Amino acid sequence: MISWWLLPLFAGLGVAGIAGPLGSLVVWRRLAFFGDTLAHGALLGITLGILFDLHLTLALILSCSMLALILLKLDKYTGIASDTLLGILSHSSLAIGLVVLSFFDNVRIDLMAYLFGDLLAVNQTDLLWILIGGLLVVGLLIWQWRGLLASTVSEELAAIDGYPVRRLKAMLVLLLALVVAISMKIVGVLLISALLIIPAAAARPLAKSPEKMAILASVIGMISVCAGMAFSFIWDTPTGPSIVVSAAGLFVMSQVFNSVRK
Amino acid sequence: MNPDLAVVKTEAEVLISASGINQTWGNRHVLQNIDLAISENEIVTIIGPNGCGKSSLLRILLGLNAPDSGKVTRRKGLRIGYMPQKLRIDDRLPLSVAGFLMLAPGARKQRVAEWLERLSITALAEQPVQRLSGGEWQRVLLARALLIEPHLLVLDEPVQGVDIQGQRELYQLLPELRNELGCGIVLVSHDLHLVMAQTDRVICLNGHVCCSGHPDQVSISPEYNSLFGHEKSHQHGQHDVPLALTSELAPELAHYTHHHDHKHCTDGHIEGTKE
Repeated sequence: MISWWLLPLFAGLGVAGIAGPLGSLVVWRRLAFFGDTLAHGALLGITLGILFDLHLTLALILSCSMLALILLKLDKYTGIASDTLLGILSHSSLAIGLVVLSFFDNVRIDLMAYLFGDLLAVNQTDLLWILIGGLLVVGLLIWQWRGLLASTVSEELAAIDGYPVRRLKAMLVLLLALVVAISMKIVGVLLISALLIIPAAAARPLAKSPEKMAILASVIGMISVCAGMAFSFIWDTPTGPSIVVSAAGLFVMSQVFNSVRK
Repeated sequence: MNPDLAVVKTEAEVLISASGINQTWGNRHVLQNIDLAISENEIVTIIGPNGCGKSSLLRILLGLNAPDSGKVTRRKGLRIGYMPQKLRIDDRLPLSVAGFLMLAPGARKQRVAEWLERLSITALAEQPVQRLSGGEWQRVLLARALLIEPHLLVLDEPVQGVDIQGQRELYQLLPELRNELGCGIVLVSHDLHLVMAQTDRVICLNGHVCCSGHPDQVSISPEYNSLFGHEKSHQHGQHDVPLALTSELAPELAHYTHHHDHKHCTDGHIEGTKE
C-alpha cells in the first residue's frame, strides 16, 4: 500500500534531481529565458494535445521539442536579438494557446493546474515518465559532460577542438524541452524555470567545480521539494509555489552564508 | 636565402593550405584572393593593421567561418591548438585552472600537470580561472592549446598586454616547442615592425597579401613601411639605430622590412607605386 503522498514526493524529488545539472547548464549558458519560452509555448502543446486527442505528456514533449528546434533555427538565421525573439514567441504562443482553448466549449481543463502545477495529482504514469525521462537526461548529460562544459566555456574554442558544438547545443535544448514538459505537472508553466535556476544559483557560492555545483543544485532542489511539500501540508498552501518559495529561501541563505564567509 | 633551407621546406609536409580565399562583409571586400600554406616545423607570423582581415583569415583557417570563395585544405587528422587573444569566463561557472585544462579533448591529469610545470604555472592549478591576471591567463590558454598535442599551433596576438619579460619568455619558448613537437606555428600580430626573430616567414596582410618574406633584415630600406602611413621612417631616413639596439638587447625580436609595390588609398582601392 503506497501512501498518497509518496508518489508526489518521488515525482518532486525526481524532477529536482534532473533539474540540478540541467539548471546549472541553463545558468552558465544564460538559457533561463529560453526555458521560460518553452514553458509558455507548452500551453499551445496542451491545446494541440486536446485537439488531436493525444496523451498530454506526449503532446507536451512534442510541442516543446518543436518549439526548441524552431528557436534554435531562428536564433541562427534572423537578425532579431534573441531576447526579443524569445519574448515574442514566448508570449504569443501562450496567448495562442489560451485563445484556441477558448473555442472548445465542451472542453474544460483546469488552467490553474497547468500554470501553477498540481503535484498532488501526480499518478503512477507520470512518475514513470519522470523516471524514464530523468534517466535519459542525466545519462546523456553525464555522457557528453566534457563537451557540454567545453562549449559553455567557449563555443569557438570547443569547435576548434573538434567538439560537435552544434549537435551538443541541439541536444541540450531538446533535453531542456523534455524536462520542461515532464515537470509541468509538478510546478506548472510559470514556475518551471524557477526550479531550474534557483537551486543552481543557490549552489554557486558553495561549489568549487562545475560538477559539484550540478550535484549541489540537485540536493538543494530536493530539499526545496521536501520543505515545500511539508509547508503545503501544514499550512494548506499550493504545493508548486511552496516548493519555489523554499528554493528561494535556500538561495537567500546561501548568499548570506557566502557574504559572511567573505 | 639559404638553398639548403629551401630543400628542407619542400620536404616538410603541408599542414594547412588556403587558395583563392575571398571574403566579403556587406560591401567590404575583406579578403581578396589569399593563397597561403603552412608546413610542419614552420613559424609564420601574419601581420597587418587593424581591419586588414587577419581575424577573418584566422577564422577561415580555423574552420569557424566558410569563405565566400576559395578552398582550405587541411592535412588529414590535423589537430589545431588555438590560443585566443582573450577569453572571458562567466563568474557563474565555478572553474579552476586544472578543471579548465581538463576540458581539452583527451586531456589527462598527468599531462595537465606536466604542462603546468613546463609553463611555470603549477601554483595556479587550483585557482578559479576568473581570478587570474592577464599574463597568467595567457599561459593557461597556451597550456590548453598544447594539451591537445597540436600539429599546428595558432596564437592570436599572443603578446598583446604582456610585459616585455613575458614577451621574451614566450618568444624563447615557441621555437623550443616547434623543435620538440615538430608542429607548425602561426602567430598573428598587429605590430608591423617587430616580430619574433625565429619566424621563418612573415605575411603582411591588408585585404590581400601585400608582401611576405624572411624577417631578419635589420637594416632599413628607404621604402620601409610606406604602406601604413608611417611617414616618420622616411623623414628619418635611416632608422636602424634604435632597431639595432633592440636586436642586441632582445635577440628574440626581429625587424620585418616591407617591400610593397603598391599603396592602399583611403577609399580602399589599390594603386601601383612601381616606377
